[in-house]
Order: sequence, then structure tokens, then C-alpha cells
Amino acid sequence: MLNPQLNKNGELQHLLSIEGLPKSIVNHILDTASSFVGISDREVKKVPLMRGKSVFNLFFENSTRTRTTFEIASKRLSADVINLNIQASSASKGESLLDTIDNLSAMHADMFVVRHAQSGAPYLIAKHLIDTKQSHVHVVNAGDGRHAHPTQGLLDMYTIRHYKKDFTNLTVAIVGDILHSRVARSDIHALTTLGVPEVRAIGPHTLLPGGLEQMGVRVFTNMDEGLKGVDVIIMLRLQNERMSGALLPSAQEYFKSYGLTPERLALAKPDAIVMHPGPMNRGVEIDSAVADGAQAVILPQVTFGIAVRMAVMSILAGTQG
Amino acid sequence: MPTSTNDFDAEALYRELLAQVRAGLQGVQDAAIVGIHSGGAWLAERLAADLGMSQRYGSIDVSFYRDDYARKGLHPDVKPTNIGFNVDRATIVLVDDVLFTGRTTRAAINVLFDFGRPARIMLAALADRGGRELPVAADFVAIKVTLEQDQSLALARAADGTFTLTIEKDHA
Repeated sequence: MLNPQLNKNGELQHLLSIEGLPKSIVNHILDTASSFVGISDREVKKVPLMRGKSVFNLFFENSTRTRTTFEIASKRLSADVINLNIQASSASKGESLLDTIDNLSAMHADMFVVRHAQSGAPYLIAKHLIDTKQSHVHVVNAGDGRHAHPTQGLLDMYTIRHYKKDFTNLTVAIVGDILHSRVARSDIHALTTLGVPEVRAIGPHTLLPGGLEQMGVRVFTNMDEGLKGVDVIIMLRLQNERMSGALLPSAQEYFKSYGLTPERLALAKPDAIVMHPGPMNRGVEIDSAVADGAQAVILPQVTFGIAVRMAVMSILAGTQG
Repeated sequence: MPTSTNDFDAEALYRELLAQVRAGLQGVQDAAIVGIHSGGAWLAERLAADLGMSQRYGSIDVSFYRDDYARKGLHPDVKPTNIGFNVDRATIVLVDDVLFTGRTTRAAINVLFDFGRPARIMLAALADRGGRELPVAADFVAIKVTLEQDQSLALARAADGTFTLTIEKDHA
């Protein structure tokens, strides 16, 4: 399949998925992000890199946190940010996705940050921009359907690297609703790309997709077994809407089997870190004692997320089409 | 000040630069030394150590402030900027290995101003090769060099910390 993420020189043109990204590009993003971390502590929390560039946040699906961190990242790069609440605008009047894109391109957009409920929507936009010779406009996937959430995957890798230094001796467990999680998918691709020898997926049968073994993932339905000796635990949010279907009995039942409690955390390595992409459901997938405990790095993830998004946007904006 | 085209004694040049900076900072309050990655940072680190100012040493990477970002994109090897002292009211000696167009100096000054308002910024360079494109001049320079357009000066630091400075032909 065409990899529209890279230009003809193999440079990052759009960020659509971690799948298909060479390790060198992943590392380049993480290295660049580490240079951006300190900027938030300065008197002037801005660099002039994207001065005069216009970043359009196109959120066809709600997300306060991701949209806000992209907005902060854009502003710290000195870009102008335009937030579009698509649900309340033209899409609801029947305009097609690509017509919306062409209209915004005509307003001289330099970058689209796209969140969409449909898997593949950012691909469609990127391909359209290439086909219509608008390759100076860049696309960042901020989460599409069940498919990918590459900046979350990258900030998770940044967090792991920050605390564990090296990927090549780690065991990482991803716990929860793997089936519906674009974060899980992006994390698995990123961990594999960076050479993590053991990636585990832990969850009930009903929330585990097929094909995990083919991706090199060890699957556990028993959480206690899956957590033994792990270095990193990535908890996933249990989306409430899954409860209403037939996939799960109740939140209480789920917590009993797959909630991360201090007792369960003790099965991991003593220096294991606990991550969560947010928003957390305390008492559903994670116990408050763990969420607020010494091993949780959930808030640092948010802080690193800004630096990682700054890195992605500044690399993209500097790539010629 | 010698003018030469090859065969540099980089260690002698360093001692010359050190002497000039030492004299220039005589009696100056709140002095600090900041090097530009990577050659300037090596020089600044050693200057700070030799001047007993290691607590007042910083390093900056100008990649986020360069004026050729729109043409060339982001530098593939950006280093963290590290300023551990208060820039407000400080007298800062900005150190680069080679002074050429002055564009790097311009970017570095902008970086410093995003940390605070220094009392004064002075510029030190091991070598000045001319070719300025901006109104920039160094306060301290160990050597002035005339080079061809397709040549550049490369500073290297050995494992024992000693410097070498060589003329290289640019890749086309």
C-alpha cells in the first residue's frame, strides 16, 4: 500500500500512523521532543519556528484533552491555531469531508490536525492533498476510529524512554479494551518498532481483537499472570458505552478482574511504571491508590505530550512536499 | 593576530581566546558563558572551567530559531538548550567556534532573550572567517581566516578534551 506519510526522500510529510514509520523517524521525533521539553519552563514559553503558519484543528469527534494539547503545542511553536468544531458546522449541513478540506486549504492552511470517528479519514485527506497537488499542507492524525492515535503512541514511547532509558530489555503490558483502542494499536506498533522484546495484551476475550499474536504480542486473559515481572503497565480507558452492549457484565465485575489495584501492581517489577492515556475511570480500570501512587506517570505523560506534538508539527512543517 | 589559511594550532588559539575573555570579564558582575552547539558549547564549557565559572555555564541549540527552517526544515540533530542561571541582568559571553554570516549569532541572541533580559551580551569566536550578512561583530576572536566559498572550518574535540581546527571542503 502507498505510504503517504513519507515524501519521495523518505521524510515525514504527514503523520498518519506509527505503522510503517522507520525506527529512525520515531527516534528523531523522540529526540526532538526532548529539546522541546525545557521550553515550557522558560520565561517565554515559545519558539518562533512556525511563525506565520496556520494550524487547523479539525475535530470531527470530541476530545478536549488532545485538542488542547495540540493547541498548546501549536501556540508554543508560534503558529496560529484555528479550532473548528465540525459537529456544529458545515459537516452537519451536509458538506463532504474533502469539500471542507478544500475550503480550508483555500484559506491557506498549512497543517490539519484531524480527529475523526472513521478509521482512515486522515489518510483520505492526506491522499486528497497529494492528488490535488497541495503537498505543502500537512496532516496529523489525532485519532481515527479504532485505527491509530500516533501522537499518543509517540508520547507513550517518550514517557517509557524517559523512565526506562532503553527499550531493548523491557516487558510492556497493555491492559483493557484492546479491541476498540486506537491507542493500543499505535503503542503496539511503536513498541515493536523500537525493539521491545515482549509486549503483552491483557483483557477479557470479548475485548481482545484477533491477530494480536501475529503482531508479536503475548495475550493474557488472566491479569495476575499477565502482570508478572513487567516493567511498564499501560492501562486503557474502559469506554462506558461498552458496558451497554453485551461485551461486559458491569463496571464492578470488570474492576474485579481487570482493575489495577495496589495488590496487582505488586506483581509487576518493583520499579514498574503505570501509564494511562486518560481520561481515567477510577474504580473501573484503575484504583485511586494506584492512579495517585508513586509508580503512576500519568500526569508526566500529559506534559510530555505537548513536547512530542511540538516535535511532530515542527518536523512536518519543515518537510517539503 | 595571525592570519592563516591552514595548519592551525587550535590549543594555542584556545589559550588566546581564554586570555581575551578573561581580560574582557575583569570586574564584570553576574558574568556567564553560553556556548552554541556543538563546537561553541565545547569551547564555552572549557572557558567556564578555566575561569572558575562552571556554575555560570550554559549551552544553546539555535535550531528552533534558525531563519532557514522554511527552506531546510528542522535540523536532524537538535540538542537541548540548557541555561541553568538567571539571564536577567547577566553579562553573557556567547561563544561560537566559527563566526561567518552572523545568522547563527542572531538566532542565539533571540534564544537568550526568551530566557530573560541580559544586561549585556558579548560574542567570542575561536575563528572569524568574514562573510558577514548581518551587522554582527565579535568582541573576542583568536584568529581571522580567509576561506574559499566552498570551504569551511571544522572544530573537533578529542577524548582528552583537546581541540583541533581544520579546513574542510564543503559537500556540493
